[in-house]
Amino acid sequence: MSTLQETVSDPAAPTTDTPVGKSATLGRAASLIMLVALLIVPFFVRNFIIFQLTMLLIYGIAVLALNILTGGSGQFSLGQSAFYAVGAYAAAILIEHGGVNYALTLPIAGVICFIFGFLFGFPALRLSGIYLALATFALAVAMPQLLKLGVFEHWTGGVQGLVVTKPDAPFGLPMSQDMWLYYFTLVVSLLIYLASVNLLRSRSGRAMMAIRDNEIAAAAMGVDVSMYKTLAFGVSAGITGVAGALGAIAVQFVAPDSYTFQLAIALFLGMVVGGVGWLPGSLAGAAFIVFVPNIAEGISKGLSGAFFGILLFVVIYLVPHGARQGAIIAESLFNKLRRS
Amino acid sequence: MNSRQKLRIAAISTAIIAFAAASGSAIAQKKYDTGATDTEIKIGNIMPYSGPASAYGIIGKTEAAYFQMVNDQGGINGRKVNFISYDDAYSPPKAVEHARKLVESDEALLIFNPLGTPSNTAIQKYLNAKKVPQLFVATGAAKWNDPKHFPWTMGWQPNYQDEARIYAKYLLKEKPDAKVAVLYQNDDFGKDYVKGFKEGLGDKAKSMIVIEESYEVSEPTIDSHIVKIKASGADTLLDFTTPKFAAQTIKKAGELNWKPLHIVTNVSISVGAVMKPAGFEYGQGVLSAAYLKDGADSQWDNDPGMKKWIAFVDKYAPGANKSDSGLVYGYGAAQTLHKVLEMCGDNLTRENVMKQAASLKDFQTDVALPGVKINTSATDFAPIQQVQMMRFKGEKWELFGDVISSDAKD
Repeated sequence: MSTLQETVSDPAAPTTDTPVGKSATLGRAASLIMLVALLIVPFFVRNFIIFQLTMLLIYGIAVLALNILTGGSGQFSLGQSAFYAVGAYAAAILIEHGGVNYALTLPIAGVICFIFGFLFGFPALRLSGIYLALATFALAVAMPQLLKLGVFEHWTGGVQGLVVTKPDAPFGLPMSQDMWLYYFTLVVSLLIYLASVNLLRSRSGRAMMAIRDNEIAAAAMGVDVSMYKTLAFGVSAGITGVAGALGAIAVQFVAPDSYTFQLAIALFLGMVVGGVGWLPGSLAGAAFIVFVPNIAEGISKGLSGAFFGILLFVVIYLVPHGARQGAIIAESLFNKLRRS
Repeated sequence: MNSRQKLRIAAISTAIIAFAAASGSAIAQKKYDTGATDTEIKIGNIMPYSGPASAYGIIGKTEAAYFQMVNDQGGINGRKVNFISYDDAYSPPKAVEHARKLVESDEALLIFNPLGTPSNTAIQKYLNAKKVPQLFVATGAAKWNDPKHFPWTMGWQPNYQDEARIYAKYLLKEKPDAKVAVLYQNDDFGKDYVKGFKEGLGDKAKSMIVIEESYEVSEPTIDSHIVKIKASGADTLLDFTTPKFAAQTIKKAGELNWKPLHIVTNVSISVGAVMKPAGFEYGQGVLSAAYLKDGADSQWDNDPGMKKWIAFVDKYAPGANKSDSGLVYGYGAAQTLHKVLEMCGDNLTRENVMKQAASLKDFQTDVALPGVKINTSATDFAPIQQVQMMRFKGEKWELFGDVISSDAKD
């Protein structure tokens, strides 16, 4: 295992497991408050903010997917944008050319991406650490060009992309399209989140984490290393695909330029900022990649990239383990307050 | 509240309404949509200040500077322009987010000159559904001139397909037996040119084109493509590339001592950014077409329009590189919007903005070539449709022939 991999996954080890006692109830209370906030916020804000929150949830799902791969099984990927693109295009093509209901496109996109990721996982088995990161990087770089290929142009719309129709709220619910899509996305996110938490707590999840911590020891204990590594890739790609499909519906447009390598980097960044291996942190990571570029731009137009870098630097310097560290600090503060 | 009070209130309000109605017809009627008031007009804009197309960011900065100048001179009909510009990094999802922010949160009257075909495609449906003008988009795709389906979207520059048709027409007339090589960028930009060019050649396209070669915008150099094209035996090169690659092509062809009839796109005619780096000796005789003046070209030094432009650059964009065509483009586009908003007078509704934008008659910006006029109508949403062919000679472009209208169907 490369050193890079160890430095990232090691600190994850002691805290990934379920916290016990008081902190568990505190964590549960915090998640409940968060959930209630997510449920009621749309009633108080403009449609534009609702749209931003929808994007936040969607990127949250994509970051979560990467978290399962990296935090769960210890594999790197800089190619998540490719899976995201495949999911988005699958949904767009099914809706626009196939006339499929948008809700049905999500599982289909998920399955397609699962297969894609699973197959990609096989060659990736031979690589580890930074080499795997580079291989997935190649995938991310190649994807926009593949989408432009003339052969697929009839389906993908080539360089012009595809415009997707936004769904109305069903059953005549008195809701704007944005609000409906937000709640729809929220339900999907919750389902995926619960499934992911359960996956990591299950036998398969423990096997993945065993591989992450020490591949040789895991193999010696009888864990089918290659099987679980590719499985992690498949699950991660599948979830990313669902996020991509939701993204296509929310943005109403897919084009090769939407899924460049920068998206892969952004998702990776989201994972690091949120805390590697800590699933609730995915939302915080997504918030970072959605809002911080806007903040940086607000500071200076010409130097937005530099200010983004500075903000990122500050975050990494102050809380190197991301939002999880923030949560731990908040928890200890809370406990201290209660004791005094 | 008793009934007498109610009655009184009703009477007063009736009087007020009657007065308002009367005075409304007597004094010039002021009508506003979201984004316009007695003192301010809010204009939204989306630009790639960062990311792969950040070189175009200068256009947004120039436009901001232009409206700063307008405000310093007293604004438009007494109203200050509030120009709000966001960075989408050339990413369509980000463009959608910003368009929504501009419309729903900043409450801009219109979205002006957003850049890039993918970004504009992404926001077109939304803006048309919201009935917010998507005015003078900064892309040369042919699809923006579609008032029937998208009555709230309008282009500005000549479209790529029409420009390519002009080159085809020129070839058919001057060199009907040419062996043509087509080099294009593998994206919407390059493919639009190829489509227009082939349509322009018509039946002769198959026999005239000997090789079609494409490259990706991410390639660091396209030298190997040039070698391949030369080997095909072509004697004419249609160079549908963006500035960096046009410079490489001209240079490499020169180094290979290959002298085809070389046509570059209007996008890549900057003397400072293309011809100079390529080497003037290699650029001799290269053909193209233009609709704007070149800021670095000395032949316009005494031109009254360009004098205004130079004064503007010196005061509002000090230190900017005058050979950057984005400075000319942004000025021209902003001036067109300035004109439209002036024409709107005190009726600053979104509907009237589109109506006035579609009523431009022979409008000439300071930076357009002599004879290139902007004309629009309810069925014609393509403001600039005229270009003039030109040939590179010495260290500048020499215009030749007449100003050609690219929509002429003959």
